[in-house]
Amino acid sequence: MRTATVHKPSPIRTEQIILFRASNQIFAISSASVQEVRSVDSLAGAAVEITEPSLVKVRHAIRRGDRNLYVVNATIHFGLRPTPAALIFLLRKSRVALLVDGIEKMTTMTRLQALPGAFCHEERIWYRGLTVLDQNVIPVVSPSGFLTAEEILLLDAVTGPQSLPDTTEATGPELTL
Amino acid sequence: MTWTDQLDTCSCVLLRLGERRFALAADQVAELAAPSRIFRFAQKTTEIDGVILRRGRVVPVCDIAEKLIGKKLQQRRFYLIATRRQPVGLDWIALPVSGECELIQADLTPAGPADSPHVAAWLSHKGEVIEVLNLNALTPGAIAVSPRDSSMSLPEARA
Repeated sequence: MRTATVHKPSPIRTEQIILFRASNQIFAISSASVQEVRSVDSLAGAAVEITEPSLVKVRHAIRRGDRNLYVVNATIHFGLRPTPAALIFLLRKSRVALLVDGIEKMTTMTRLQALPGAFCHEERIWYRGLTVLDQNVIPVVSPSGFLTAEEILLLDAVTGPQSLPDTTEATGPELTL
Repeated sequence: MTWTDQLDTCSCVLLRLGERRFALAADQVAELAAPSRIFRFAQKTTEIDGVILRRGRVVPVCDIAEKLIGKKLQQRRFYLIATRRQPVGLDWIALPVSGECELIQADLTPAGPADSPHVAAWLSHKGEVIEVLNLNALTPGAIAVSPRDSSMSLPEARA
């Protein structure tokens, strides 16, 4: 007996992303990698200043539970002209909080293209790839690309003696994802 | 084979950068495209101007004129979309050119040891001696692929 083969169209894999601004440039980050979005003001009193000349992109640390999170300024990280930041993304399962200018929108991407091989410097660590949205090419950032394990160890050593107030119970987040 | 030996006839695309002409093996050329919107994002590979969208594919734009003629192109009339064979598939790259391109058949003479790395071979066309370009030496991020696997069927140029 022959059975008819039914070809089901393979479902398009989609991913929820947040488009954010840093120095007037648009980047995307997976929504799944962002745990909370907070306003800079809500954490202003709880952040402790860090002065580590080799890591100018990190100027503050905040306490979350039993760990310090290091606040990475996205504009400095990407080598852009610094602009006033308004929001902080607390990244999921990460020691990084990301300082950004603002959220453009939340949307869905259906295709992530690999970064072309011609890009051969830090951008290969910064980005998971590129996506095309509304005929625009948007880099999709890699949450693990903001600080290396060595940089986190260095920052732990710098902030070790300081006691940071826990911000877990601070003013509620702007958005919990 | 020595570097002075003549090779078989090969299809090449002549391209113009400013006042000079160069050639690229035709099997490394995908298409000639009109200039389109260039998208720029934060990155550190200074040789890459940005990317263009071509048939749904993101193609980096690399102005090779600065290396070849000493200055960037003032006017980009077309993008020559070229391919580089990489360990995993083909890598596309858009080269701004300042004039129309021409497909020719020519005898190639492989580059010699004294030639610059960007010269894969030489050809003679209408009394002009023209460099056949080695894209891997001119564009960033190329990973050397053994000549046996290379799409450009130029023989070993060493004596």
